[in-house]
Amino acid sequence: MKAAVISFPGSNCDQDAIKAIVSTMQIEADLVWHAHTDLSSYDLILVPGGFSYGDYLRSGAIARFSPVMEAVANEAQRGKFVIGICNGFQILTEAGLLPGALRRNESLQFQCEMAHLVVENASTPFTANYHFREEIIIPIAHGEGNYYADEATLDELVQNDQIVFRYADGHNPNGSVGSIAGIVNKKGNVLGMMPHPERAVHTLLGSDDGSKLFTSMLTTWREMHGVR
Amino acid sequence: MAYGEPSAQEVKDQKIYRTFGLTDAEYDQIVTHMDRLPNYVETGVFSVMWSEHCSYKSSRPVLRRFPTTGERVLQGPGENAGIVDIGDQLAVVFKMESHNHPTAIEPYQGAATGVGGIIRDVFTMGARPIALLNSLRFGTLEDAHNRYLFSHSVAGIGGYGNCIGIPTVGGEVVFDDRYSHNPLVNAMCVGVIVHDKIAKGTASGIGNPVLVVGAKTGRDGIHGATFASTQDPHAKERSAVQVGDPFMEKLLLEACLELIDTGKVVGIQDMGAAGLTSSSAEMASRAGSGLILDVSKVPVRETGMSPYEMMLSESQERMLVVMKRGEEDIAYRIFEKWGLEATVIGQVTDDGFLTIVDGEDIAAKMPVTALVDDAPIANRPSMRPTYLDTLEEVIPASLASTDLHHDLLALLSSPTIASKEWVYNQYDSMVRTETFVRPGSDAAVVGIPDSKKAIALVTDGNGRQVYLDPYEGGAMAVAEAARNLVCSGAKPLAITDCLNYGNPEKAEIFYQFERSIDGLSEACRVLDTPVIGGNVSLYNESHGIDIYPTPIVGMVGLIENREHITTSAVKYVGDVLLLLGEIQPQPKALAGSEYLAIKQPQNALSYAMPAIDLQKEKALQDVTLAAIQQGAVQAAHDLSDGGLLVALAEMGIDGGLGVTVTLPDTTDPLSLTALCFGEQPSRILLEVKPADVEHVQQLADKAGVTCMAIAKVTEQLHFEVQQNTKQILCATLEEITASWRDSIRRQMQ
Amino acid sequence: MKVQAKIFVTLKGSVLDPQGVAVTKALHAMKYEQVEDVRVGKYLEVVFDVENDSQAHELVAKMCDQLLTNPVIEKYTYELVEVLA
Repeated sequence: MKAAVISFPGSNCDQDAIKAIVSTMQIEADLVWHAHTDLSSYDLILVPGGFSYGDYLRSGAIARFSPVMEAVANEAQRGKFVIGICNGFQILTEAGLLPGALRRNESLQFQCEMAHLVVENASTPFTANYHFREEIIIPIAHGEGNYYADEATLDELVQNDQIVFRYADGHNPNGSVGSIAGIVNKKGNVLGMMPHPERAVHTLLGSDDGSKLFTSMLTTWREMHGVR
Repeated sequence: MAYGEPSAQEVKDQKIYRTFGLTDAEYDQIVTHMDRLPNYVETGVFSVMWSEHCSYKSSRPVLRRFPTTGERVLQGPGENAGIVDIGDQLAVVFKMESHNHPTAIEPYQGAATGVGGIIRDVFTMGARPIALLNSLRFGTLEDAHNRYLFSHSVAGIGGYGNCIGIPTVGGEVVFDDRYSHNPLVNAMCVGVIVHDKIAKGTASGIGNPVLVVGAKTGRDGIHGATFASTQDPHAKERSAVQVGDPFMEKLLLEACLELIDTGKVVGIQDMGAAGLTSSSAEMASRAGSGLILDVSKVPVRETGMSPYEMMLSESQERMLVVMKRGEEDIAYRIFEKWGLEATVIGQVTDDGFLTIVDGEDIAAKMPVTALVDDAPIANRPSMRPTYLDTLEEVIPASLASTDLHHDLLALLSSPTIASKEWVYNQYDSMVRTETFVRPGSDAAVVGIPDSKKAIALVTDGNGRQVYLDPYEGGAMAVAEAARNLVCSGAKPLAITDCLNYGNPEKAEIFYQFERSIDGLSEACRVLDTPVIGGNVSLYNESHGIDIYPTPIVGMVGLIENREHITTSAVKYVGDVLLLLGEIQPQPKALAGSEYLAIKQPQNALSYAMPAIDLQKEKALQDVTLAAIQQGAVQAAHDLSDGGLLVALAEMGIDGGLGVTVTLPDTTDPLSLTALCFGEQPSRILLEVKPADVEHVQQLADKAGVTCMAIAKVTEQLHFEVQQNTKQILCATLEEITASWRDSIRRQMQ
Repeated sequence: MKVQAKIFVTLKGSVLDPQGVAVTKALHAMKYEQVEDVRVGKYLEVVFDVENDSQAHELVAKMCDQLLTNPVIEKYTYELVEVLA
């Protein structure tokens, strides 16, 4: 298994993502500059957090037109694992790979803290190693993580079991509808989430609950490819 | 005169130089150095180079008193940032700088560009920035304008640091009306570097090309450097506010580090205050060379800019780079990849002159030594302020606490002591995934990538104490910073400082400045933490009221083994809390305290403080560090604002556990109050397993440090205080947590 | 001809606008009790060359749909002004 971490001008969690992939999955991970157009040799594509293009205009709006995004869409189509974290989630929604949009936090403030999440779907490639309804601690750090989708889209998300993470009871840090923190596409191979699992892979960082998200992908990929 | 500027003769006859802040005597000196009348551009360039902000004319002679050398110091003051060796060919680069005046005018951009500037100072040295800290001072939050300054400054600091992807890991915020409408924003940046990659700000090698890289130049902040050094509010408004672009700086950071890594860079310097003028003059001065620059080649984003405007523009996110001759293409290639400009605008010469041409025309030609080394020194008169001689030595019994419970809650909810979550939750403190201790503990701890080492970082300063006793207060600032580092398990290495004072032309203010520097210096010597850089911010006054003399110490410490990282939160039920240092402070310890400021604000500055014994401080810190390194300490917390009970309460709140305190007997209510809330320096609380108590006590005894078991960690979620088997205070953990945690949020709603 | 499009982007009516809510509250606190609602948006000026008016309208609509707005949460209106040399 091989991973690509996309780097846009202004990405700043790209190195963190590589470190997390290498330390938890023990696989090769390349930093791929946004000008690249071919991602066919990768099994996992991670669109990292940061402020691509300064978040100017709207978060993710400009990055979504980077040359590499066409390749991301192609590989997603082919069933490869794609995960967008924070700014990566914003880019994936702007690109139409995931439904909905991310608005400014209700508090109007950037919010950085340890967030309590509930795993709502433990049968995706990204959550296979968690239990259903497991409560985990993953940090958030964003100013525009307030998830929005219209009623019809929300119904569809629920019906298809596309909601993967919700903020735990009583503390919705940004005003997201239905306390949604992360969703997958209909096919289940593209995940977008505002919390940063790559920041929760070691107890020294305050939590290692994010590790299982990475190892889940490895487990699933091995099962799919008959590798042990 | 294509730009309609006055002639050299007119500058002299109409005394136009005065509008630039030059005195008649300074102008005459310029004429002597130039051996002719300076033209308009030259006069402008001299005025900024000789301003307080660039030349440190008031402070330079006093700053020489700082100890600046040590076996770990690789670079002391004088470069863009100082450098300290941490072993294994690794070094830490850091500096702190003020951005007070721009913040007073436009808090979001003022604070943001302060952060941007200090980050550039660090990566200019070739270092990868890994952490940011901020020391902030505002007037009290009852005032709407102070709330505006506070909230926008915090948003600006977050806006810049979050976007560029450097974690803001610590700092401090103090509220006091002496900073009303004159906020202090001191930003510190810390980077890491491998020894052989260190870059410097020198322009050497005749014929080497000089490049401007980064953002385009506009008319931003012209005369910002001079306006920082004036007390006239109208003059302050004259200058255009600079707007920061953290996205641009992120690209500039990556491009510059990539460029420096090629080994083809001769020198590099941030174009900060006074832009092209000071960066070029300082680079030439360090190398003893000259420069010829053609301002018509500088990429601009506005039309019709004159050489004068080009030289003085403070457009952000720009650097001046000297490359090896013939290697310009490397710079073009790297900067193009990052979508940035890199343009050759001149070259290094050997004539010792800074020559500015505008296409064919010579716009200015000035000796570099005259601009930098010969800048005048203002020998400011210094006079001991009379208030220092009227401070009362005895605190009246009437100031004793009559309700410990009430006073503890009042202290915990005082914004200076209360949780700063409202502030630091707006900062990304975790990006780079090396932040091991986040904001809220005594010091932040950040891992050094690809190494077992970690560094602890802190900023500290207490203006009220420096006001009450400039010498002792200065020493206390250094001692407290070091104590915070030691409590996190680190050995203090060196400091950077931001020296914030009022108007130095007042002899009393200059006395505060001088004496506090003597105190800072002495503490630096005793604690072996040399000064490796910093900055001075004078003229901090609003409506004629000077701020407290507020030197801020930014200190870095080294943790060789990550297992020694210690936080202030209590960990285990049944553990013992040991108090090290003075057990029973005299009532005098209430002078300058937060307790007094709340109890009787009008008299908060009426009493003389106890002095600090630096030898005792050193012994205390050595014992604490030894106990931590021997694995005997579960938590450590320095006693500062609010004294003993506040420190114990904070440890309980952080750990989510109860604490039962057993105080030694006292003879009268005032002594009890001093015991509970006095701010006697040089004290630390250690959480120790019952089995380790004796060992730590022996360590302390051997070093002559007083040590006493003062409290226990309990399962029952209460904060309880007993004395002589009587309960004298009992609060629930929930109650004290709520007072402490929600106070600032409540006031900001 | 050279034209300038003055484009106004706002959140759709059904989407909560936290900035608008905050500004409304602030105005009420400042005793502007008559204020019913505030929506905060963006204003863009785009200058470009076109053959004719209808092409200009077509281009603006395309730019807005593709990049300048997010149709999931935003809507826009615009005015076209001819720029005289």
